[in-house]
Amino acid sequence: MSKTLVEKIWDAHVVKREEGFPDIIYIDTHLIHEVTSPQAFDGLRKRGIPVFRPKQTVATADHNVPTLNQHLPIKEELSRYQVDMLTKNCAEFGIELYGLGHPYQGIVHVIGPELGITLPGKTMVCGDSHTSTHGAFGAIAFGIGTSQVEQVFATQCLLQSKPKTMKIEVNGTLQKGVGAKDIILYIISKISAAGGTGYFIEYAGSAIRSLSMEARMTICNMSIEMGARGGLIAPDQITFDYVEGREFAPKGEEWDQALAYWKTLYSDEDAIFDKVLTFDAADIAPMITYGTNPGMGMGIAEHIPATNAQPESERPSYQKALDYMGFKDDSVVLGNRVDYVFIGSCTNSRIEDLREVASFVQGKQKAQDVEVWIVPGSKQVEKQAKEEGLDKIFEAAGFQLREPGCSACLGMNEDKIPAGKYCVSTSNRNFEGRQGPNARTMLVSPLTAAAAAVTGKVTDVRELI
Amino acid sequence: MKKFETLTSQVVPLPIENIDTDQIIPARFLKATTREGFGDNLFRDWRFDTDNQPKTDFVLNNPTYSGKILVAGKNFGCGSSREHAAWAIQDYGFDVVISSFFADIFKGNALNNGVLPIQVPEEFLGKIFELVTQNPKTEIIVDLEKQTVMLTETGDQFEFEINPYKKSCLINGYDDIDFILNQKDSIELFEANRQW
Repeated sequence: MSKTLVEKIWDAHVVKREEGFPDIIYIDTHLIHEVTSPQAFDGLRKRGIPVFRPKQTVATADHNVPTLNQHLPIKEELSRYQVDMLTKNCAEFGIELYGLGHPYQGIVHVIGPELGITLPGKTMVCGDSHTSTHGAFGAIAFGIGTSQVEQVFATQCLLQSKPKTMKIEVNGTLQKGVGAKDIILYIISKISAAGGTGYFIEYAGSAIRSLSMEARMTICNMSIEMGARGGLIAPDQITFDYVEGREFAPKGEEWDQALAYWKTLYSDEDAIFDKVLTFDAADIAPMITYGTNPGMGMGIAEHIPATNAQPESERPSYQKALDYMGFKDDSVVLGNRVDYVFIGSCTNSRIEDLREVASFVQGKQKAQDVEVWIVPGSKQVEKQAKEEGLDKIFEAAGFQLREPGCSACLGMNEDKIPAGKYCVSTSNRNFEGRQGPNARTMLVSPLTAAAAAVTGKVTDVRELI
Repeated sequence: MKKFETLTSQVVPLPIENIDTDQIIPARFLKATTREGFGDNLFRDWRFDTDNQPKTDFVLNNPTYSGKILVAGKNFGCGSSREHAAWAIQDYGFDVVISSFFADIFKGNALNNGVLPIQVPEEFLGKIFELVTQNPKTEIIVDLEKQTVMLTETGDQFEFEINPYKKSCLINGYDDIDFILNQKDSIELFEANRQW
């Protein structure tokens, strides 16, 4: 029987399927971090049980860490306690931890792929909704709540109903200055912040195929922003080349066996998806969000859609979003003041993102009144950036290169955007207060962020390259 | 887990769409390492101003409205997977959330904590908002066994869907881990038979 890629991987992981119950599916790899795990460890203690397969669990500290002076103790008491708790829990339950100071530390969705932990055909979960990132390798990867973290600790399995499947094809060639982030912001703007709910999305088409692994991760990362549980891309030679030789990737004979299996991981030609959408890459402009959910996005030169153009029941929420952002109906954001530029997060903090920004800003200066933070996704990304001399370029441009972590993506750690300030951000969420109470976020690509940093206002990067 | 059977309660209306879990509980309040106490910061930045004073125009600060049922606009609970959102809602005192659409992860987290998410059609949701505006004392009866939600004032009723397994978990007060721990033999067999 023909199957989609999701069905192939899902069915290979069903431990038990029973009428009237969700499937019991086996989880190959469990990633954990300091924020969503402590209550799950507590649950194990209360039940008096161990982590069932500690070797299939990997931990890092990322959400609640400072991105300056990581060699010093964390200043904020609650944050320090939470990070220390992760260290204690990992020691007690026998879990490998890449904590602060470790050369592999970083954002959980950056380190999994770069260490070769993320592999095609795997099932992977993490108590973080951006776990969908790992789908770029042709894995089923999705975010879970803390009760489910405990469930995976206890059994290496999850009770899950099989999701519906959606195929999103993007065909053709991208315009100059348009990248993976623009593709995904464009898709979300078309299908809304809820349009993918209940589905696992497979991204396909020539424009997706031509992307690098890191660009594919950016796409899959934001699947959750349209409500989809996960998104994935069938593995191909680009995937295999990226994985080969990485620290924990299979080697020798195991590699050959793995590769033979991975080459069977694609949706059969006549496989049936519950929904199929097709987009033309040439239609996509550099994107920007103007509201308070990632579905409120548009081409950077466009006008903000009018409140009256929204369905009547949605107008109050829509107007509330524009008021929060300080934007008016039918106005443009092009030229709007920018106070902060944040380049980082599990969406856009990899070496290719940093290279793209560096190559744009080389020989340029940031605008005087803008603060620019570059936060690498991991210690390894930071190290490589320095080896390539990118740090010098950033320094010369007046950009601040910080240490790895989730940083200003989520307004949890020390890195917050002040109230009322506009932040052009390469992160994934523009919710009210996401980057700090009353902060105003506009989501963009790294290139558009770099352009804003240089001009001090929202800028169409196509005019500068 | 707390058992759920039936509930008769007034409702708290929040007719806003796409309420994300960052609004339900902002990230800066996720530093606690236990499950308790999150209710104090439920809807923190909508409920309190920057000087920590209650915002009088927010529904949770309006004494006219109270009850164990929160009614919200579509796509409730989108965004971050933080289970703290479900804990905050429960800790504040809500046992039921009614919306015309729920984000997947929030829905699962709520069910795993004995909070019942009830999805109703857009028109039914509109009717609740309308009635509650007219009469804040309007009561709703939720019967999980029968899978019904009823407006006492008008008798309007809707039969909601819920996975039969999750329903039995709520009625009996047991959770997924209790269930799955009994399947260890199947799990070990799966591991033993596994090829790459």
